[in-house]
Amino acid sequence: MKKHWYDYLWIFSSIYLILGLFNILFAWLGLICFLVPLMISVVKGSKAYCNRFCGRGQLFELLGGKLGLSRKKTPPKFLRSKWFRYGFLTFFMTMFLLMLYNTYLVFAGASLREAVTLLWMFKLPWQWTNTAFVSPWVAQFAFGFYSVMLTSTVLGLVTMIAFKPRSWCVYCPMGTMTQGICTLKNREEAKTWKKGHKKSPSC
Amino acid sequence: MSCSKNIAYIGKDCVACGVCTKHCPRAALTIRKGMYATVDYDTCVGCGKCSTVCPAGVIEMVAKEVKVV
Repeated sequence: MKKHWYDYLWIFSSIYLILGLFNILFAWLGLICFLVPLMISVVKGSKAYCNRFCGRGQLFELLGGKLGLSRKKTPPKFLRSKWFRYGFLTFFMTMFLLMLYNTYLVFAGASLREAVTLLWMFKLPWQWTNTAFVSPWVAQFAFGFYSVMLTSTVLGLVTMIAFKPRSWCVYCPMGTMTQGICTLKNREEAKTWKKGHKKSPSC
Repeated sequence: MSCSKNIAYIGKDCVACGVCTKHCPRAALTIRKGMYATVDYDTCVGCGKCSTVCPAGVIEMVAKEVKVV
């Protein structure tokens, strides 16, 4: 199959995670992964980001598929359920808003907390980065955002190993959000599809 | 005359991730407006590759009656 430029976006995802280790301020670049899928779904009504441009998905496919690091088992039912998908989205967004609130507190005068929080629980000290040349809130947002990106990558890697390479896509909050936006934009068609869904396809 | 062939059937819990579209050797699958995957039944040869790679486990291979003239 012919390769396109966007088939190599996994390189950028890998570089992004590595750059964050050297200077946390690179975490700001991760906003691309938040804003672009939302923009595409709102403007074009498609999940082109997930389908073509998601570097993280490509990375999981490469590690789990080509390098064989995945067990290639179907994820358990609970992980694939709507409850889990929307529950995880709600939890993820709550933690994201909390991170924004912490950034606001630093903006308002609270002291900068130089730590990356992994899996919302484990605080990893991250004092080697020079953030003196930016406002403390800019650095605080970077710490918070890198925590979000690192946590989701770790979760994605764990489910990649345990189940199929792109199991993360099943409960990825961005994927859930963009699919929701697309469904809202094409309400009638979505309803017709769900109604007409039957076990034996006729064509 | 009629016979049956296997074709891919997309369950209603499809997450529209697009993994199946990348792996289909016949390009028989597409993502419909970011909502779900659809199968072109004329193109699908029922190889089952999509079912194997689908992370959401929503693709089944089912028998379909086809008319052979």
